[in-house]
Amino acid sequence: MIDVEQALARMALGIAALKDRQPVMVGIHTGGVWVAERLHRRLGLADPLGTLDISFYRDDFSRVGINPQVKTSYLPIALDGRHIVLVDDVLHTGRTIRAALNEIFDFARPAAISLAALIVRDGRELPIQPDIVGAMISLRPGEHIKLTGPNPLGIKIMEKEE
Amino acid sequence: MIGDIQVDAQGRHQHFLTTEGLAAETIVEILDTAESFISIGEREIKKIPLLRGKTIVNLFFEASTRTRTTFEIAGKRLSADVININTSVSATQKGESLLDTVRNLQAMHTDLFVVRHPLSGAADLIARSVASHVHVVNAGDGRHAHPTQGLLDMFTIRRYKGAFSTLKVAIVGDVLHSRVARSQIHALTTLGAREVRVIGPRSLMPMAVESLGAVPYTDMRRGLDGVDVIIMLRLQFERMNGALVPSAREYFSLYGLTADRLAFADPQAIVMHPGPMNRGLEIASEVADGPQSVILPQVTYGIAVRMAILARLAGASGTENRSA
Repeated sequence: MIDVEQALARMALGIAALKDRQPVMVGIHTGGVWVAERLHRRLGLADPLGTLDISFYRDDFSRVGINPQVKTSYLPIALDGRHIVLVDDVLHTGRTIRAALNEIFDFARPAAISLAALIVRDGRELPIQPDIVGAMISLRPGEHIKLTGPNPLGIKIMEKEE
Repeated sequence: MIGDIQVDAQGRHQHFLTTEGLAAETIVEILDTAESFISIGEREIKKIPLLRGKTIVNLFFEASTRTRTTFEIAGKRLSADVININTSVSATQKGESLLDTVRNLQAMHTDLFVVRHPLSGAADLIARSVASHVHVVNAGDGRHAHPTQGLLDMFTIRRYKGAFSTLKVAIVGDVLHSRVARSQIHALTTLGAREVRVIGPRSLMPMAVESLGAVPYTDMRRGLDGVDVIIMLRLQFERMNGALVPSAREYFSLYGLTADRLAFADPQAIVMHPGPMNRGLEIASEVADGPQSVILPQVTYGIAVRMAILARLAGASGTENRSA
């Protein structure tokens, strides 16, 4: 089983290595923001944490419709020319990251984006790979993994998506 | 009944024709979605890709600046292609029937119609005739309804005043001819407003206003006493057959909202008007431009609320059940 604290420590090390580039951290709602908040505090980053809700950029909108519980994306500083560390809880198909990249580019043109994921599982559907990994896991077909939280953060493996 | 085709058997919102019969949760969902769209207007790139590739036709058989423009901006912020058709240049002047016009536009692969028409029930008629994957939004039909205005007014009230359960709301003026008033009263009672009052001369008051859940007043002092929200309506001379109002001057002296009359309301009361305003007829400039007026924010919020309604409809139709 995955140890969340250990995974967070591993991510913090990876992000700390980018220190010279003064990265700006952006978390993806909802689980990615929980992870980003922990890392942001732990690393003492100077710039405030940004948050993204990618609901308006999803590729399955015409199938599932609008989610009325959308949270506002909040990017408190200018991202032009900055190095962004994009944080999510679980990297699975890569579609969330695709949507997040599109949304970021509607705000600004960053110098670079690094992807940091707490849990990286199999099942990629797009050519998107993480730069910073907390933990890796292989799941059986039909199994799903979910971050619970925010206090404390925990991991849940389910047979079906909730 | 008009509006009973708004929601399909699976509970998905197909058309948006009236606020009548909408559940409180549905209205709150739309207002919440609109809230999340507000920030889009403050971004560098004021666009999101939700309706990319969709075609919206604004079909207006009646003059409109605010509503048509805010629908156009709403569609464009959602990345849809928006086409405006106004009656003065339309085929109906050559004798083409309303439904023929719609059929032709549908043959051009329109996904969503926004319709304004001087006859009550026009949007409903169109909604019944279009293919199952096409959506219709009522942008005002005769005296019947103007539901997107009704919801943007609810959005404005919620933004300034919070919970509806404590609010006393007065709707003032030409209620008889106002589709806006009807949509507002339905939405306010559904959302549980503490008290909905309508104020105006008997000649401009619908017969069954109490059955809608509103309390009628003919006196401004009594009607405005302690209210939290004042919604002024435009005198609609173009819809009046016969002399329902003695004269503009007399109307203003009895029902015009002046600073003196505004003082009857709660000191924190907000003043709203769906536009276009007749200054010096139903509202004094000192009030319309005064600190309690939220008339221009209403216009701004109209974009976000219309975005929420367009997105709700367009997202409801799955591409896989597209048959036509």
